[in-house]
Amino acid sequence: MTARTVLQPADITRALTRISHEILESNRGGSDLVILGIPTRGVSLARRIGTILEGIEPGSGTVGSLDVTMYRDDLAGQPTRAPSPTQMPKGGIDGKTVVLVDDVLYSGRTIRAALDALGDHGRPRAVRLAVLVDRGHRQLPIRADFVGKNLPTSSDERIRVRLLETDGIEEVTIES
Amino acid sequence: MKHLLSTRDLDRATAVGILDVAEDMADVATREVKKLPTLRGKTVINLFFEDSTRTRTSFELAAKRLSADLITFSAKGSSVSKGESLKDTAQTLAAMGADAVVIRHSASGAAQTLADSGWIDAAVLNAGDGTHEHPTQALLDAFTMRRRLHGAASRGKDLDGLRVTIVGDVLHSRVARSNVWLLNTLGATVRLVAPATLLPANTSGWPVTIGFDLDEAINDDPDVVMMLRIQAERMHAAFFPNAREYSRQWGLDGERLERLRPDTMVMHPGPMNRGLEISASAADSSRSTVLEQVANGVSIRMAVLYLLLSGDREATA
Repeated sequence: MTARTVLQPADITRALTRISHEILESNRGGSDLVILGIPTRGVSLARRIGTILEGIEPGSGTVGSLDVTMYRDDLAGQPTRAPSPTQMPKGGIDGKTVVLVDDVLYSGRTIRAALDALGDHGRPRAVRLAVLVDRGHRQLPIRADFVGKNLPTSSDERIRVRLLETDGIEEVTIES
Repeated sequence: MKHLLSTRDLDRATAVGILDVAEDMADVATREVKKLPTLRGKTVINLFFEDSTRTRTSFELAAKRLSADLITFSAKGSSVSKGESLKDTAQTLAAMGADAVVIRHSASGAAQTLADSGWIDAAVLNAGDGTHEHPTQALLDAFTMRRRLHGAASRGKDLDGLRVTIVGDVLHSRVARSNVWLLNTLGATVRLVAPATLLPANTSGWPVTIGFDLDEAINDDPDVVMMLRIQAERMHAAFFPNAREYSRQWGLDGERLERLRPDTMVMHPGPMNRGLEISASAADSSRSTVLEQVANGVSIRMAVLYLLLSGDREATA
């Protein structure tokens, strides 16, 4: 198995900064914005985006987390998954623009589960999707609004995102 | 985990894992839509050979919150009262395609028998078997203690160093047995206080200290006092002279309550005999966790149903 680094720490920071600006641009400012990370690494990324947003436009970096374990369609036939906490921001999500944040966009099934989960928490005005890496191979009609890097891969390759908060090192690698 | 039959065979990591999942399930109760689609298409059968309100409704609510289909059989009003055996009942339920059977039975070991029998392939959850075990009650008690201690930061924690005193009818109590094993696994120390007639004949293998004097135990400043119900329905002999004497010696009255720290937890698995083992002032005080225990019971049972029914059951066998 060989591993090739495709994003260095500086690349990740640059991508998140750009995504943050794009979020503000498409939302026409930072009002009524909620950034929701999908555990595990999506939460770390969402927090970073929140910090960057706060630096650009104070008050725009409302961050939470949304666990989708209970909404997955692949619970049977796999080892039982332990859920992660969901933390909704105080003001809720009704009428807000929610930006879902995940590390890798692949089949799109996690995002489908996230959309279902979101519906049980309230009714956002709009839902957007930001991902650090889009590796293709979608199985559902889902696409990301904000992408850190498009990485064309073959389906037997494996993308690993490692972040300081969860893994102690910071890099994105392709293993094949 | 394929079945949940007792707390004795749970290791610390598994037990803490169940409590952590229950934390996430508790969050669901605070949402606008209090329902998860997780167990859609699964069938849960409540098989209650003994009376119960709390445990039965708690399991019902837990299954419904997870979108499972639920059927409740109670011994009265089913073919059991016509003399059907456990084997035939189990095979009937298997033929109906049950994925999980929640069983309460007056015979110790009934759940184990059902799990080992091969009569039915479903996950078996012990909801109380005779005087043996009642694992979900112990789990919800531990969950309640952990929440009172650590609040929102409970995830991942155990009960290291917590001092728990369990008082009353230990002899007939499956709740006490399940708690003794689980609390010990989670790092708490357990002291049993009861009249000698209400202690089992042999407790030599139990990880507990035993006392006979409630006042002495209270002076020792426990973190948790768990009062057990006097199980009159199981008492076919005289275990103490009369209710007044029991209440005076082993009941948690207002005066004993005052001697506890303000943050000492007073627990009771319910249903309470007010005025016998617990006074109304103790049951309704801010130290009392009785209603929290009921609310937490739903979260614990959701967690257990999720852990038993999701995932690849063949692989975990």
